[in-house]
Amino acid sequence: MDARLSADAVACPDCDLLQRIPALAPGGRAACVRCARSLAKQPSGPRDLPLALTVAAAIMLIVCNTLPLMELHVVGRFASTTIAGGAYEMWLQGQRITSVLVAFCAVIAPVGYVSFMLVLLIAVRLPSVPPWAGEMLRWVGHLQVWSMLEVVMLGILVALVKIAELATVDPGIGMYAFGAVILLMPAIAVNVDRREIWRRVVWMDAAR
Amino acid sequence: MDGRSAMKAPALTAARAGLVACEACHLLSRPAGAGESGFCSRCGEKLEVRRHGSIATTWALLISAAICYIPANLLPVLDTTTPQGTEGDTILGGVAFLYTSGSWPLALMVLIASVMIPLGKLVSLAYLLLSVQRGSVKSGRERTRLYRLVVIIGRWSMLDVFVDTFTVALVQLQPLMSVAPGQGVLFFAAVVVLTMLAAESFDPRLIWDCVDTREPAHG
Repeated sequence: MDARLSADAVACPDCDLLQRIPALAPGGRAACVRCARSLAKQPSGPRDLPLALTVAAAIMLIVCNTLPLMELHVVGRFASTTIAGGAYEMWLQGQRITSVLVAFCAVIAPVGYVSFMLVLLIAVRLPSVPPWAGEMLRWVGHLQVWSMLEVVMLGILVALVKIAELATVDPGIGMYAFGAVILLMPAIAVNVDRREIWRRVVWMDAAR
Repeated sequence: MDGRSAMKAPALTAARAGLVACEACHLLSRPAGAGESGFCSRCGEKLEVRRHGSIATTWALLISAAICYIPANLLPVLDTTTPQGTEGDTILGGVAFLYTSGSWPLALMVLIASVMIPLGKLVSLAYLLLSVQRGSVKSGRERTRLYRLVVIIGRWSMLDVFVDTFTVALVQLQPLMSVAPGQGVLFFAAVVVLTMLAAESFDPRLIWDCVDTREPAHG
């Protein structure tokens, strides 16, 4: 059976309409003619940009998960926390399910997303892209949904404003690294050409 | 293919052409058998012409979320202990605290993320499900937009869970003041996760299946 019907034909994921994606100029986008869902976009940056951004995000992610995000001073007392530290405190306070959820959305999903992306983008440089790279790209899509760093950041800011009345709070180095990761994550998503990776990956069936 | 010719001709969908599109890598292939579509030969994802049991699963998740929404708003999300005693704060109480302490932009943000977005998601998904079950053919484009909006903004309702987590993590200044998470946090987190899963199990192509079968010539 020839499953490869036409290389540029797609069904819109939201309305199932069959259509052809025209050749796109760098920075160009294609949207579904019926429901306006974005179907494809052609990244305009240099070829190595996604890998460079992902390496930067990996470094910043390590920094913001190891160094304290903020320090709190009140009448001679001192407290500080990391992202994982926040989830751990919830665990200690008996809210275990919530703690696991916070750890997943704030640490595990973003770290998984960036590390899978890193391996994936290195694998794409091989002359033939192995099928497990496709498997990883699938996982990247699932992890992206649950990686909520930008929401975590806003949550921390609101918590700081609440606490600011009773204590002095100083941002730590981790906070700046955190800000950098939040800017880098969408930049990676925009610049990785998923269609190109799928086009080049060795099919699962061929590998068996 | 330009927009007008696609609108005039009967809409040719993958399902009508006897094809199934992979939800992970978007490859089009022919289903392996009549009942089972098999697996994508490129990426190995399970193939489904329409998400399996979409309407029933989405309803189940949505109703569970609606039930959790009640204790999520009634039970305190934070318990603050000072030498004067322990005081519980609900989500709306937290919004009121932010408002009275002078930061109304943040109060508005938390109000939108914790009250309006979850409520909006429950109402929107229920409307989408009912419209598909009633076989509605109107405003398919708008309903698909609404679905996409629900998927995109859904994550922001996790905001309050993170606010509570970091308030608890920082304010452990015994015996002066300490903050512990309340029972409401768990229910609130459940509302967010259940509505996100509900949005993922709803299949927006069902909206268009009604449009295609009822009005093939006008789209």
